[in-house]
Amino acid sequence: MTTSLMTTLMTAASTAPTIHVPHIDYLSILPMVIMLGGALVLMLGSSLTKKMVGVRVGTVVAATVAIAALGAALVQWHQVANHGPSVTIAGAIAFDGFDVFIQIVVSIAVLLSALIGDGYLTRENIEGPEYHVLAMVSASGAMMMGAANDLIVVFLGLEILSIALYVLAAFNHKRAESGEAALKYFVLGSFSSAVFLFGIALTYGATGTTNLPKIADYLALNVVASNGVLLGGLAFLLVGFGFKVAAVPFHMWSPDVYQGAPSPIAGFMASVAKAGAFAALLRVFVTSFPTARADWQPIIWVLAVLSLILGAVVALNQRDLKRMMAYSSINHVGFILLGVEVCSARGVAASLYYLFAYLFLSLGSFAVISVVAGPGDSATDISDYRGLAQRQPLLALAFGVLLLGQAGAPFTTGFLAKLGVIEAAESTQSYVLATVAMATAAVAAFFYLRVAVTMFSPVGRSGAVPTSEDASQQDASQPVPIPSPDASSGDGIASLEVLTDAPPEADVIERGIQPVPPLTATAIGLCVAVTVVFGIIPGPLLDFAQQATLLIVGG
Amino acid sequence: MSINPQWYLGLSTVLFAIGALGVLVRRNVLIMFMCVELMLNASNLAFVTFARTMHDIGGQVLVFFVLVVAAAEVVVGLGIVVAVFRRRANADADELHLMKG
Repeated sequence: MTTSLMTTLMTAASTAPTIHVPHIDYLSILPMVIMLGGALVLMLGSSLTKKMVGVRVGTVVAATVAIAALGAALVQWHQVANHGPSVTIAGAIAFDGFDVFIQIVVSIAVLLSALIGDGYLTRENIEGPEYHVLAMVSASGAMMMGAANDLIVVFLGLEILSIALYVLAAFNHKRAESGEAALKYFVLGSFSSAVFLFGIALTYGATGTTNLPKIADYLALNVVASNGVLLGGLAFLLVGFGFKVAAVPFHMWSPDVYQGAPSPIAGFMASVAKAGAFAALLRVFVTSFPTARADWQPIIWVLAVLSLILGAVVALNQRDLKRMMAYSSINHVGFILLGVEVCSARGVAASLYYLFAYLFLSLGSFAVISVVAGPGDSATDISDYRGLAQRQPLLALAFGVLLLGQAGAPFTTGFLAKLGVIEAAESTQSYVLATVAMATAAVAAFFYLRVAVTMFSPVGRSGAVPTSEDASQQDASQPVPIPSPDASSGDGIASLEVLTDAPPEADVIERGIQPVPPLTATAIGLCVAVTVVFGIIPGPLLDFAQQATLLIVGG
Repeated sequence: MSINPQWYLGLSTVLFAIGALGVLVRRNVLIMFMCVELMLNASNLAFVTFARTMHDIGGQVLVFFVLVVAAAEVVVGLGIVVAVFRRRANADADELHLMKG
């Protein structure tokens, strides 16, 4: 009976038409699979054990997974360099230098944020492995965006990245700001995803496909009949991307979210979310809509100029370091958009290099901010940084280097990154854009230096504050010298010390020292080392970014 | 009876516009949330309409991806809404003003 049934089934199966399954090159998605698999194993493992899994276990697993993903990405790089770029899974995933570059960037970011998060979670008494699980899931979304060769895969990557990040923003349930930040991020994030999706629908309607190379082929061969639909699609896609990378005028969520989210998560957003969103933006616009560039280039131009100017100018009068970093990241977005606007291999290489450099600068900066913020993640005002150099000279030095890097000082990767995008802009005669970028870099240097000066100015001697603008920023708790007839005749600083009875110097130093967890210190050290070493020896990294661009599908 | 596909596209555009306007104008977080769902489903209608006019099954398959994503978003979104508004009487977005902006 059963055997006859089996034979009937088998004959039926053999006569039925075979199902064609697309070929899957597993190497091309290996880092993504490792990242997602690691997250699932950690989550499942922690729910199967009786005891609550400690923070340290999660950190070890996340760091191991990140290093494994990095290793897989390096194997991928070897493969791509030897055999050239290819597409897989029915053309939905691109396997090229650009993709591998993003996988490497995201893997490193996960490693660093796991190290930084460990200290944060221990200090805030947040148990469980969820932080690391969500970070890994989010990172796999960013990796998918880097590899996506189809608009719907971009959308899926975007959502995997964002949905995990919404939860991460709300992670510190003891702070009301954290939940508020998550809700703002969620509402605007899902709004922008919906706009992006409508853009995909319109593009699909105009070209008949969502596959990026096929869109490019279609646009190269046909004059689009319903041009309005295509232009509408392009506009909606740009708005969606604009929200995700926080380009002006779609930036309003970012300062609140950066301020409210836990500090390590703010760094994660600034590095991973931006890397993923820019990867998709570059691939969609530069490789699949180059024929429509006359339509989208002016919009990117405007976005870049607005982001550059607003980011730098508004950051000037921020007192909260995390808000300041949010506006500074808007300024950086303007710089990276320069590379998009150029729409050439050179521009893409410059943008990629910028993303790589900014990863270390932003994560390192937020690591320092996370340490200085202290228990409760609350001390993020600029006055909390006064005298940091006296209290913790190494931490202040590291932060100083990272700030100089963000400002684009020579001998740091930040300088080369800014130089790269500006040169790329000049190579296509975008002189106005290049000039605006340079001017805002000078403005931005001012607020980075303000923080540096605050850190290195001595505590308790308010007369010795070096700049006037700094003096106006003093908060009320600082000792204010009371002019008296006796003091006016004596030596300036000495008399001030006499006047302010019981100098609070020792007290402030005692109170302010925040322990730097060893893992966070390692992460900060790594960020500083990469910023300086590749700033002095720029060759390898610049070549890397350039080769990644040459090995691009359809590029 | 046959209907011109333009009508469907028009409907999807109108739904999308209502959704977008709702997110920007309404202050209740749950209603903003429903408006986002409306925008996603407007996109779905556009996908299906285009797929029908072009006789391409691909566009209809995309709708399933969107449905899954929308469901995931609902889960996370409602979780955050509950976590934030647990101690409050209503779900008014204007009451979230710990941070300027």
